[in-house]
Amino acid sequence: MIVNSVNGESMENALRACCKGIKIGKILIHREGEDNGQQIFQNQSMLRQCRAVAEAEAIVKDVAETELHSPPTGVCSFGFAHIIHLSSSPTLTMSAFVGKYAEELIKNAKYIATPGKGILAADESTGTIGKRLSSISVENIESNRQALRQLLFTSPNALSYLSGVILFEETLYQKTSDGKPFVEVLEENNVIPGIKVDKGTVEIAGTNGETTTQGFDSLGARCQQYYKAGARFAKWRSVLKIGPNEPSELSIQQNAQGLARYAIICQENGLVPIVEPEVLTDGPHDIQKCAAVTETVLAAVYKALNEHHVLLEGTLLKPNMVTPGSDSPKVAPELVAQYTVTALRRTVPPAVPGIVFLSGGQSEEEATLNLDAMNKLEVLKPWTLSFSFGRALQQSTLKTWGGKKENVGKAQEAFLSRCKANSEATLGKYGGGSAGGLASESLFVKGYKY
Amino acid sequence: MSCFISKYADELAKNAAYIGTPGKGILAADESTGTIGKRLSSINVENIEENRRALRELLFTAPGVLQYLSGVILFEETLYQKTAAGKPFVDVLKEGGVLPGIKVDKGTVELNGTNGETFTQGLDGLAQRCQKYYEAGARFAKWRAVLKIGANEPTELAIQENANGLAMYAAICQQCGLVPIVEPEILVDGSHDIKKCADVTERVLAACYKALNDHHVMLEGTLLKPNMVTPGSESPKVAPEVIAEYTVRALQRTVPAAVPAIVFLSGGQSEEEATLNLNAMNKLQTKKPWSLSFSFGRALQQSTLKAWAGKEENLKKAQDALLVRCKANSEATLGTYKGDAKLGEGAAESLHVSNYKY
Repeated sequence: MIVNSVNGESMENALRACCKGIKIGKILIHREGEDNGQQIFQNQSMLRQCRAVAEAEAIVKDVAETELHSPPTGVCSFGFAHIIHLSSSPTLTMSAFVGKYAEELIKNAKYIATPGKGILAADESTGTIGKRLSSISVENIESNRQALRQLLFTSPNALSYLSGVILFEETLYQKTSDGKPFVEVLEENNVIPGIKVDKGTVEIAGTNGETTTQGFDSLGARCQQYYKAGARFAKWRSVLKIGPNEPSELSIQQNAQGLARYAIICQENGLVPIVEPEVLTDGPHDIQKCAAVTETVLAAVYKALNEHHVLLEGTLLKPNMVTPGSDSPKVAPELVAQYTVTALRRTVPPAVPGIVFLSGGQSEEEATLNLDAMNKLEVLKPWTLSFSFGRALQQSTLKTWGGKKENVGKAQEAFLSRCKANSEATLGKYGGGSAGGLASESLFVKGYKY
Repeated sequence: MSCFISKYADELAKNAAYIGTPGKGILAADESTGTIGKRLSSINVENIEENRRALRELLFTAPGVLQYLSGVILFEETLYQKTAAGKPFVDVLKEGGVLPGIKVDKGTVELNGTNGETFTQGLDGLAQRCQKYYEAGARFAKWRAVLKIGANEPTELAIQENANGLAMYAAICQQCGLVPIVEPEILVDGSHDIKKCADVTERVLAACYKALNDHHVMLEGTLLKPNMVTPGSESPKVAPEVIAEYTVRALQRTVPAAVPAIVFLSGGQSEEEATLNLNAMNKLQTKKPWSLSFSFGRALQQSTLKAWAGKEENLKKAQDALLVRCKANSEATLGTYKGDAKLGEGAAESLHVSNYKY
């Protein structure tokens, strides 16, 4: 029903009152522009110009999710048609910014959070991937970087366990040796391409080695480019450390504000922001200390996201797990699970669809066991708990490959094995059987930068 | 952990979870002497202690009512009162499986330099008072912070002051064994639309939970008592389903899952409206990691008061009226209310009073 109405709001209320459950869609027909042409807006982007209600109906029919019926007789003069589709109204003034990408952001964030799937973090910068390659005596040149990522993305069956892959900028534009863009390889396998958009950390003067993350210059424009290239989510890593006086209030505020600003810019440009406030594991502190800091940091992050009008339903969180410091004795996965999930329940609003943990130097097997324990925990978790692993997915794959073509098959098997294990862990169904010797090796590097 | 673990931690978590039992809710019977006076005068009853006692006895001994309640909030005077037969009200409640609660704030005062915004007082000696109340049998407390929507309101100052006050109160309660109900009421007064209310509610709640985190409050041992998200009192009403959608979404965006239950204030809605809205929320198919229940004052007592009119011979009629509302709201917490409660006189009457103070 397209209703010719001056006062849409009260018409809407009356409609809803008498037709319970009615679906109502909204378009704004606006008298503006050349030759007093009527323009149709939906969700702030102009769809078309037209001059008749029937035309408007045809246009709106093209747009998904709007149910239309044939207009009642008598409604033929063109005026101010007002159909209201609440969740995507351009006039929404909630605390969250609901721009033209809102529905897409929500859909993509939810998809990435699909139980049984997770993210491969393959966004190592050129410098960082260089360290990985040199550890297996492989030269850090573009073709080798391309070969490694091709190995990963074409691993038979591995992609079925992934909902997203984070790429470095160079990789976003690379192709397979057959000439197929990596982005297409991923998309064809229902894996959403993501892009690292931060430009690394810099020290905050006057602190004891605390950092803030850079990358704001032209961030909006860069996001638009990445969106055009096929990216649909982004990642930005903030880093905090635990020490006698750390993290400082300054560092917490700086990093929380930075994450929030990055997040809203992403959402303005169609990319789901992964919010990553990593509390480094370095230090002799116990798990309670890590829990306290993690809760304080996450509370600050979500306050900042609220202040910056970030749409939480279109975001993901990438936190550290709550563990003892690297210089402290390890604890059982069940304890890590308990402290981690408690910290998240105390700080992460239910509107966030998924939490994808970083592995932060844990061995492949440790990370999987901890994730599995969290998903086995019998407590209410209103977000899915999954993985966004870099080292913890690639370590044994890298070693098995060693840069040699003849090892690709075996390396891909190793990769598949970790993907499958972590997929099971997101369902709390991991049996513990896929830890090769390589998988148990700790990947901890002090003060890790990537 | 970031929260202070008081020696009462387990008890607080247990009591907070109990109050959130599906099918149950809170009767807010904590009207101060002044406020209950207004209620009594509306039915031509004198505001003397005996009448205040008689009213509360009527409520707490109404047959079949206590099963639908998990808590009752009391004013200090009532905490120490007894039935005509000499049984302490606190015992009546406990035997009925109902936790006694206590209002601990001392009302609002205006914030200098604002346009009528307020903060809530009552922190002085609060710990000592809480200890006394715990000894008298109270197990939860309530503190009402008030914000309003206007052209420039709520201001950042009002939000911060009230959030901070709530957090300090909450931390002190937990040290003394009382589950704090955190109540940041955004008044319904005004001509704003529902989206504006949603925007303000989300900002206020975000500030509250940041403050609670700053003050090391253990969320598992708290409850939230927010306003529902509705259009302003001078704006056209909307359907319960719309209120439900906006309200639950605002809560999803701000209230951590660690909070066991959210118990809504009725804020001037009629008895029936409040029940229908609560019911719509519980029918909504979406993520709700906290239970959604009621902490109603006027919206539970209005028709009861009218039926009673201060006369002994009306006792049964009045208690039946209360039972009707309690049962209806109990069903609403389960999303099974069919809107068929026998409407007592005044059940559909708006209870809105401009700029309500109590």
